[in-house]
This record gives sequence, C-alpha cells and structure tokens, in this order.
Amino acid sequence: MGTAGVMFDGLLALALVWLAWQATRAADLFHAVVSFIVFGLLMALAWVRLEAPDIALAEAAIGAGATGALLLSALDRLATRDGRRRALYEPATAWGFWIPAGGALLGGLTLAAWQLPAPGLGDEVLAALKLSGVDHPVTAVLLNFRALDTLLEIGVLLLAAVTIWSLGPAPSPLVPAMPSPALPALGRLLFPVFVLVSGYLLWRGSHAPGGAFPAGAVLGAGAILMLLAGARPWIRSSEHGPWRWILSLGLAMLLAAAVSGTLAGQAFFQYPPGTAGPLILLLEVAAGLSIALLLFALYLRGEPCEHGYRESGR
Amino acid sequence: MTAAQWIGGLLVFAGIPFFLLGTLGLLRFPDVYTRLHALAKADNVGLGLVCIGLGIQSGSVALLLKLMLIWVLMLIASATAAGLIARTALARGLRPWGT
Amino acid sequence: MTVYLSLAGVLFLIGLHGFFTARNLLRRLLALNVLTTAVFLLFVVMARLADPLDPVPHAIVLTGIVVTVSTTAVALALVVRIAGRVRDDDADAGGGSRGDAG
Repeated sequence: MGTAGVMFDGLLALALVWLAWQATRAADLFHAVVSFIVFGLLMALAWVRLEAPDIALAEAAIGAGATGALLLSALDRLATRDGRRRALYEPATAWGFWIPAGGALLGGLTLAAWQLPAPGLGDEVLAALKLSGVDHPVTAVLLNFRALDTLLEIGVLLLAAVTIWSLGPAPSPLVPAMPSPALPALGRLLFPVFVLVSGYLLWRGSHAPGGAFPAGAVLGAGAILMLLAGARPWIRSSEHGPWRWILSLGLAMLLAAAVSGTLAGQAFFQYPPGTAGPLILLLEVAAGLSIALLLFALYLRGEPCEHGYRESGR
Repeated sequence: MTAAQWIGGLLVFAGIPFFLLGTLGLLRFPDVYTRLHALAKADNVGLGLVCIGLGIQSGSVALLLKLMLIWVLMLIASATAAGLIARTALARGLRPWGT
Repeated sequence: MTVYLSLAGVLFLIGLHGFFTARNLLRRLLALNVLTTAVFLLFVVMARLADPLDPVPHAIVLTGIVVTVSTTAVALALVVRIAGRVRDDDADAGGGSRGDAG
C-alpha cells in the first residue's frame, strides 16, 4: 500500500503505545479506563489493517464494548466512597532495571520468533473448505476444524459466570443520577435493532466475517443497555428459573454435537457427512444466545436474586 | 477513477475538517457542556459525509444503505449519550461556563 | 509488518511492566489486558506473513479475546469484593460478608 499505508500504520502504532501507557500509568483511574476503551477501538482499526476483520468485529464488540462496560461498572463501585481513586502508593519506576531487562527480553523473544518455522495452514484450510459446510475460512476453523477450542472457550465463559454468581447476590443496577426519559426510550427503540444486527451477523458468518461471537456480543450489549434503561434481569430464580438453562445451551449443544459422533460410531466431534452446514448454523445460534446471556451475567457481577436487590460490598 | 469514486472521495475529504474541528473543540472548550456541543454537532456531520462518500465510492446500493443505517444509529447513540452526560453533569452540580 | 511486530513488542513490555509494578489491582488488570492484546498482535502478524492468509491463528485469537473478557470479569468481581472488604474493616462487622445470599 506504499508510504501512505506505512504512515497510517506508524501513526496508529504511536497512538496505541501512548494509550497503553496511559492505561497502565495514568494517575486517575477513570482516565486509565477510558484510555483502555479507546485503545480497544484503535486496536480494531489495527486488526482491519492486518486483514483480520473477524477479530476486528470481536475486539470492537467484546474487547472495547463488553470489557469497557465491565470496567466502568466496577470503577463506579470502587470510587464511590473516596471520590475518584488516585494512585496513592505507586512506586517509582526503576528505569535502570526495566530498560535493559525489557530490551533483553524483547530481543530474546524476537530472535526466537524469527527462527521459528512458520509454514502456515492456509492451504490446508482452503483445500478442506468445501467439506466444512461454510464458505468463510475462519468460521470453518472455529466451528468445524477446531470446534473443540470453541467448546472449551464457551465452557470457560460459563465457568466465569458461575464463579461470579457464587460470589454473592448482584448489586443493584446503576441508574442515571438524573432520571431521563431518553434511556428507556432508547432501549425500546434500539433493542429490535440489536436483535436484527445480531441475527444478521450470525447469518453472515457462514460466508463473510461475522459469526456467533460478534453476534453474541452485540446482543449482550443490547441486554446491558436494557438493564441500564431500567429493565429487571429476568433470569431470577423462581419464576424464570428454566431460562437460566439458556446460559449453558451453547456448551450443551456443542457437547451433544461432539458426543453424538462417537455414539454413531464415528470419531469424536465428527459431524455426520452432509449435515455440516445446518449443524454449524444451529451450533452458532446456540453459542450466540449463550454468549449474549453470559456476557450479561458477567456484567451483573453477582447472582440475580429474587427478593429485589441489595447493596453489596459497602 | 470513475465519477463515483471522485465524488465519494470528495465527500470523504469534506468530512475530515468536521472531525478536526470537533476534536479542536474537545481540547479547547472550557467546560463539559460546550465540549459536548462541539463533539455532537461536528462528529455527526463528519460521519455522515464520510459514510455517504464511502457508500457512493463502493458503487453498491446495499452497502450505501448499510452505511446510512450505521450513521443513523450513531446519531441516535451520540445524541442520547450527550443528553445523558449533560444531565448527569448538571445533577452533580457542574455549572455551565460563564454562569 | 515490522511496524506491527515492534508494536507488539512494545505493548508486551508496557503490559508486563504494568502488571508487575502496579499497586492498584484495577491498573494491574488493565496491564494484563494490554499484555494479552500484544500476544494476539503477534499471532495475527505471523498469520499475515504466511503466504495464503492463515485463518487458524485468527480463530485462536478470537477464542483468546473471549477468554480474556471472562478472566477480566471474574477478576473485577473479586477486586470489587476485596475493596469492599478492606474498607469495611472499621465499619460494622458483617458489612462486607454476603453469606446469606438469596
């Protein structure tokens, strides 16, 4: 792309380094968190420059969106008592140690990385793409060739939600300081758009960048918006108990797909021939729904309890 | 380059000064309310011009419509966010500059 | 490509330094996230350098992003509980414990 491309990359790299420095070293925590959110957004640009549009979608939705929401929600809990938390006891940086040590580490890693063989699996994936049931290589790898990784990843997400639920009841959701009709109106207006965009991203994953992860993240962000607009999370226990099973739907369907192969006499996680396409779509829908609810459960930061909400950690 | 690409490129270039002015306002204005004003107005128009320019440059109506949808969603989100930030700032007691 | 490789290296160092030396737990979490982003950058640059674009590291990085957000969420929940407990030392006893979860 020539000098314009290199200049753009250089500027982007400088901005990313400065933002990362602010995120780790800014005195004001709010400053650090906002720098990190902008860092996530600029990283999405970097992923596009590196020809990784799926990762760009996931970084913008999950890395900047979901992580940003989580950080801001936690920061509010941390900063309530003594105002904006400042870095009281940060030790002075021992430049004399870090610059040589960092340089040595970087040099060693670069040398090792340079000598690694990097054959690349692009040819093999493209050759087997027709058999996989989808047209997009990354989706084929995620949900067919390396579906075990996806199963384990959704398992980790479920485990994180269970860990957070076991820590105690959810603190009451944040409401704006001055109640405004704008936020509920926005929630009512935008939630159908969230569902539409998420469905579109899911369907698009079979032939273009998209898939279950950005779709789940967008739907989860919609759920968080509804929570901020005043909706009560409906996965409280007694009356809506069965809906909690949707949280494990993704893992359950992936496990079922994996084990059904062995039961039918084939290898573990081998899809029946000819059904790979519809099966992958089904798995993506289940995974997307699970990811959306799990991200929402992570944001709640506790178990939604049925007798109203209690302040915790005060 | 075809006519569509020229017009598209021109529109994208026309959107850039809006972003620059919005950022300048963000850096130089005295308080939250004036900064919100600069950001909301400048960035919305700038994004609209960039979206229309990119849509025309691509030559596909579907892509143009999708970019327009992105612009409309961004308008809604930024307007609501600006309103909420201003309300919260007022509730916290931040007086507008000059009062 | 060298720009992105050196960016990955610098971000890795910033993240590592922040993770080891920050006192505040939230700042340590932010440094951890920067560290994981640097590693993902390295993956994707290696994928880009292969001759037909290699999609397997892309899938691995997507998995990594989701695992990172799970880790961050659990760590944040723990940090908030720790902060609440540390502050309630002089407050009424039992203010920080949530043994009677609904």
